[in-house]
Amino acid sequence: MITKRIIPCLDVKDGRVVKGVQFVQLRDAGDPVELAKFYDEQGADELVFLDISASHEGRKTMVEVVEQVAAQLAIPFTVGGGIHSLDDMKKILRAGADKVSLNTAAVNNPNLVTEGADFFGSQCIVVAIDAKYDETIQSWRVYTHGGRRATEWEVVAWAQEVVARGAGEILLTSMDCDGGKNGFDVALTKTVSEAVPVPVIASGGAGSAEHFLAAFVEGKADAALAASIFHYKETSVREVKQYLRTQGVNVR
Amino acid sequence: MIGIIDYGMGNLYSVSKALERLGCEYIVSSDREQLNQTNGLVLPGVGSFRDAMHILNETGLSTFIRTAVQEGMPLLGICLGMQLLFEESEENGRTAGLQLLKGRVVRFPGVTATGETYKVPHMGWNRLQFRHSSPILAGVEEGYVYFVHSYYVDTDDDSVVLASSVYDVDVPAVVGKDRVFGTQFHPEKSSTTGMRILQNFVSFVEGKGS
Repeated sequence: MITKRIIPCLDVKDGRVVKGVQFVQLRDAGDPVELAKFYDEQGADELVFLDISASHEGRKTMVEVVEQVAAQLAIPFTVGGGIHSLDDMKKILRAGADKVSLNTAAVNNPNLVTEGADFFGSQCIVVAIDAKYDETIQSWRVYTHGGRRATEWEVVAWAQEVVARGAGEILLTSMDCDGGKNGFDVALTKTVSEAVPVPVIASGGAGSAEHFLAAFVEGKADAALAASIFHYKETSVREVKQYLRTQGVNVR
Repeated sequence: MIGIIDYGMGNLYSVSKALERLGCEYIVSSDREQLNQTNGLVLPGVGSFRDAMHILNETGLSTFIRTAVQEGMPLLGICLGMQLLFEESEENGRTAGLQLLKGRVVRFPGVTATGETYKVPHMGWNRLQFRHSSPILAGVEEGYVYFVHSYYVDTDDDSVVLASSVYDVDVPAVVGKDRVFGTQFHPEKSSTTGMRILQNFVSFVEGKGS
């Protein structure tokens, strides 16, 4: 059967990895290619690169980074951040990325998801959703602009909307749990995963290998993403997978 | 020399770079003359079966591929490129394929025989189970490879299924007959197992070409 995926996420600014991996003897800890290869060797199933460049120049540099990573990496990777048009998607996918991830741009223009899926196929289109629990709607509300702006969308309605438009995967980040290292938002993950027929990647809150187990078993996630616990070696991809294996979770 | 068939559908960059890492010479081309000068062909493909066959027929590449294979040219289809090797697909209505191998392309039902629903596409790493030996599987372990697809090949000709993976049904993962091979997964994205399979195809081509 198919395995549960572990996905490290790297933030890239102007072609350099920021908040990068500090612990490992790399010639250049800010080099996206070296870090990608390191995580590949660790057993990462995929990688996500989030482009946090603010400038046009930074975005252009990202295309070069994608080319270099694609030339050297033999596992799939997704690129998110700064993708606002079909043309942006073309640049990133033609440079060798396997998937693009849309967040704010999808909320602003849901048709972008449709266009992307029609042009490249659903398997290339990930929609990233940042969600936060909202008492007034008794559910989670979708936020954009890096979590700064609330939208009218309830998380399940939005997830179903983008899947109907052709999204092939949902990258679901809990704003309530993100950065807390107290575990993924299992309730949120389960709610969304059971509501859509496409894979869901749990994100936000990973602090230990046990948290991954909960995301997969209780949260019904298909994959789980983490950044700092891997970058700062609080645990490693290999250790997480070893633990999951002992708990009967199917991993590569 | 390997010819990667460029018909506007597929991640040509990754396949090219993977061949480059293997030290294999290649060209990327849509020109039948140029492709005919190579020793083996790679047919990549991402997108819909119908669109792909439409382009291949329109450009005369489908006839070229069939003729080249008949004349002894090795061929490797990747992902949609593998599905195109078969007789027909039910994707967006019935469409005839290259008909080099027996079988048809059908959608994952998304519901098991016992009524449990599961996710489509089949996306992620799944383990290979070998069914028949083949030069393309020489020295390969029954390791994990990376799949992304919503349709799979359903065939009565068990002899062409060299390796399969289980995702509700038995999914043909590596297929082959004589000089025609295909992988449902992306070998260039499937770490050491995938790269070894790609290397085996290159060796097969080089063996034929010299």
